[in-house]
Amino acid sequence: MKEVKQVRGNAIPLNRADVDTDQIIPKQFLKRIERTGYGEFAFFDWRKDDDFITNRPQYQGAPIMLAQQNFGCGSSREHAVWALEDMGVEAIIAPSFGDIFRNNCSKVGLLTIQLDQDDVDYLMSRAEELPEGEIVINLENQTVMIGSDWSRQFKIDEFVKHRLLNGLDDIGITLANEEKISSFEEIRSIFLPSTDQAGQDNLKIN
Amino acid sequence: MTQPQTIVDKIWEQHVVHAEQGKPDLLYIDLHLVHEVTSPQAFDGLRMTNRSVRRPDLTLATVDHNVPTTDRTLPNPDPLSTQQIEVLRTNCNDFDIPLWDIFDLRQGIVHIISPEHGLTQPGMTIVCGDSHTSTHGAFGALAFGIGTSEVEHVLATQTLPQSRPKTMSVEVTGELGVGVTAKDVILAIIQRTGVDGGVGHVIEYRGDVIRNLSMEERMTVCNMTIEGGARAGLIAPDEKTFQYLRGKEFSPSGLDWDRQVENWKKLVSDDGAIFDKSIVLDGNNIAPHVTWGTTPAQSVPVSDVVPNPDDATTASSRETAQRALKYMGLEAGTAITDIGIDRVFIGSCTNGRIEDLRRAATIIDGQKVSSSVNAMIVPGSGKVKQQAEEEGLDVIFKDAGFEWREPGCSMCLGMNPDILLPQERCASTSNRNFEGRQGAGGRTHLVSPEMAAAAAISGNFVDVREII
Repeated sequence: MKEVKQVRGNAIPLNRADVDTDQIIPKQFLKRIERTGYGEFAFFDWRKDDDFITNRPQYQGAPIMLAQQNFGCGSSREHAVWALEDMGVEAIIAPSFGDIFRNNCSKVGLLTIQLDQDDVDYLMSRAEELPEGEIVINLENQTVMIGSDWSRQFKIDEFVKHRLLNGLDDIGITLANEEKISSFEEIRSIFLPSTDQAGQDNLKIN
Repeated sequence: MTQPQTIVDKIWEQHVVHAEQGKPDLLYIDLHLVHEVTSPQAFDGLRMTNRSVRRPDLTLATVDHNVPTTDRTLPNPDPLSTQQIEVLRTNCNDFDIPLWDIFDLRQGIVHIISPEHGLTQPGMTIVCGDSHTSTHGAFGALAFGIGTSEVEHVLATQTLPQSRPKTMSVEVTGELGVGVTAKDVILAIIQRTGVDGGVGHVIEYRGDVIRNLSMEERMTVCNMTIEGGARAGLIAPDEKTFQYLRGKEFSPSGLDWDRQVENWKKLVSDDGAIFDKSIVLDGNNIAPHVTWGTTPAQSVPVSDVVPNPDDATTASSRETAQRALKYMGLEAGTAITDIGIDRVFIGSCTNGRIEDLRRAATIIDGQKVSSSVNAMIVPGSGKVKQQAEEEGLDVIFKDAGFEWREPGCSMCLGMNPDILLPQERCASTSNRNFEGRQGAGGRTHLVSPEMAAAAAISGNFVDVREII
């Protein structure tokens, strides 16, 4: 995972609540087996409207997305995160997020920032009025700033912050505890089911 | 004296491999279910880092999301789907993971096949790259959906770093009326909590209504937990759970069975256990529900009308409701029973089990699908299909004019050719009425199997309480 320290740039004001991951990346693109190249399909159905926010030239390549509550609810598809990442989004600011989506973002290195509704509404209006308006997000200090005039602190899980700042691979961290996993497996209940006998070829039909 | 614990606390503590201040707990995963859509990039990740699958014997794969539900001996016309299925075969072969493939009788929707073979058991931790993994909570398992990065993590380590969730008690008291189902219970709960009421929480469903549900009905309730924002929802195991599991292929047997049942009986929330959040619903007041909008929280009783967005309490919910009505092509004030439909879909991990099909069949028996409706039934698994055919349900469905298909996720998410056309209106037993979920421009109304069956015959929504 890449390091995330600061995100600086303008923001796309996606002023909608409960944006589900089906909207971010519709199912027909989940058949792809690659991890990249989803950006052009992001918000595929909504983008059919020429006036949809991500179609407007002034927001092209903006590294921040603003959204309303419960952004990324629904399906667990990480493709939604890959699509946003691929269209250049590095951070999303919203009043709340879907749990699985937020977790997926933290694995990929996309910053999710939860701010109060009033603050999100302010940033949203500002990004609508001033499409080139710059926002600076500093992960170390946990701040969202506009120039020196407006600043808000955000909360973030300490460990997620540590991983993002250092670009650490979760699996690598876990495997450093490999001995503990092995010890756990030694005392794990023998009554629990195993798929060992699940076999690939029995009970064939036709 | 130890602190009273919730069932979630108990399962959590039994699975902590490693805990450290300031870090998420490392949890052991007892069962990892894998399917074709969210796994290819995870296996690629393993190859790139030269890692292997730690416990293929705690992993099971099947194909469900994009498989055709028509005759599978014919070539699959979709090259991308074919490729994705082939890639799963290769991955399972390379990493020694058992795969219940397309011609295996056990193939089916991942959340249906694991319980029906007894792989899902109380007290287990279960994950899958699919948000409806919450289904397995019906057995008192802690089960939740994960993304592809986490799929890779579980493949490589059989563990997941997880921060301890908050807990939420959802109690449904009283008794359900005739024609009111588990689907209506969960739709009523989500209508009450909203689509984000459960964010950050694991739900425990409690109360007389939940206790009186069958195991399959409990799965319907737990299945849609994610639609209220919570990643996992569970129900304490009881005699019904044990009866369901007794004698299943992967259940313990003999003395092991007795020992395990004693362990499972301890998986209840202690008296006085504290939940971070609690709600109570009166089951006597729950009616058959129909969604009218584009989130699963936007539902009303079938006897009601499409609500007026102007009645919304906040500007944001008013806008959301206006948008939803426009997308759905509905006018505020229209009686739900005046809404005509074009398609009916009975199936999915929410309502694709044998009891769902039996209940639909009692409504359909001897009737004909309305001439204006195209209706299909997609059993949730090969085993469900076989059972239904043994009972002659397929004949009832086919005689009435339903299409009787091969098992898979099908039109719940429309990754295969089973999709709605733009503006087509569907009574669906699935779990999501998001814009375009069942096909771009398609309009989905979530209902129970009984309600879907009755709508298929009438061509519009009907209150099943009046015909049962």
